[in-house]
Amino acid sequence: MNNSYTAIAKLFHWGMALVFAGLIVLGFVMTDMPLSPEKLQYYAWHKWAGVSVFMLVWLRLVWRVLNPPPAYPSTMSPWVKGVAHLGHAALYGLMIVIPVSGWLLSSAKGVQTVWFGVLPLPDLLEKNKELGQLLHEVHEALNFVLLFLLAGHVAAALKHHWIDRDDILKRMLPTRSTTTQKDTV
Amino acid sequence: MKHLTTFALGTLLAMSAGAVEYKAIQPEKSKVTFQYKQMGVAMDGHFKKFAAQLNFDPAKPAAAQAQIEIDLASIDAGSSDADDEVVGKTWFNVKAFPKATFVAKQIKATGTNQFEVTGALTIKGKSQDIKFPLKLAAQGNAGVFSGGFVMRRADFAIGEGMWAKFDVVANDIQVNFQLTAISGK
Repeated sequence: MNNSYTAIAKLFHWGMALVFAGLIVLGFVMTDMPLSPEKLQYYAWHKWAGVSVFMLVWLRLVWRVLNPPPAYPSTMSPWVKGVAHLGHAALYGLMIVIPVSGWLLSSAKGVQTVWFGVLPLPDLLEKNKELGQLLHEVHEALNFVLLFLLAGHVAAALKHHWIDRDDILKRMLPTRSTTTQKDTV
Repeated sequence: MKHLTTFALGTLLAMSAGAVEYKAIQPEKSKVTFQYKQMGVAMDGHFKKFAAQLNFDPAKPAAAQAQIEIDLASIDAGSSDADDEVVGKTWFNVKAFPKATFVAKQIKATGTNQFEVTGALTIKGKSQDIKFPLKLAAQGNAGVFSGGFVMRRADFAIGEGMWAKFDVVANDIQVNFQLTAISGK
């Protein structure tokens, strides 16, 4: 039985971790900036990247269905397994809901999302200042939930690695093929 | 020749209608809007306050007079952030130049209720001759004048300094208007 994630799954995991981290940092930075061309540029980049991860997460889910992740170690109690499943489901849910909330907030603020400045996404909402402000707060609040869950996700991975000493963290880490390992040793 | 006959016919028709002359603008039935691109996204805006002086007899376009004055501080550029920004020094500098004006120099008939207007557009102390087609639609005793033109913001130093480049806010601004005027004797 294969006990590791596929290379593609690892690429999705770490790639999206990087993009989401960048998006969250950019989100906080750009909203705090005074109006400038850079601010407008950052907003556009944030939206373009947001649309991109929204599409990537669906590909990732398809990949996950076709290539189920390795089972949890038997040392984990059913209760802990349940919490882990729930946490991962919530992470996936947020990866879908957060970009959608951004898209809606953009529509309500009257700024259409045009992917990479080329592909316009339909505006699902009419321009509405109050709704725009509300959706802005929802978008932000969802990100705080995501950050909270991510902290739990990282803490759990480290606990598995250092305290339980199982392979939960290692099976998501990039592996070198055995031949390269020989070469480098 | 054909041009002349349609022109003569238009004149005749107008004369038979009793030589209307459009004068008083109805602000609530008039609008001045603009569209611009920001990071590839089409943005809409409009001016809430403007005044126009008009003496327009469709039968005698050569003798017509038209002048419009736009209160630049009344701008709605799409968001409150943008509204606060564009009244400032680098954009319209409304403290020094509160109004944009257009004064028609020449109005020619190009067809039935169709005209070509040439005139001076003055914004931020800079003046430029522009030319655009004008359409007239009679509605009872009112006439609806509509037209539009593309102006380049750089020609009027709208958006200086950090905004001078066109990669974030495009140079071309589409301006459209619809002015409803009541006819007097």
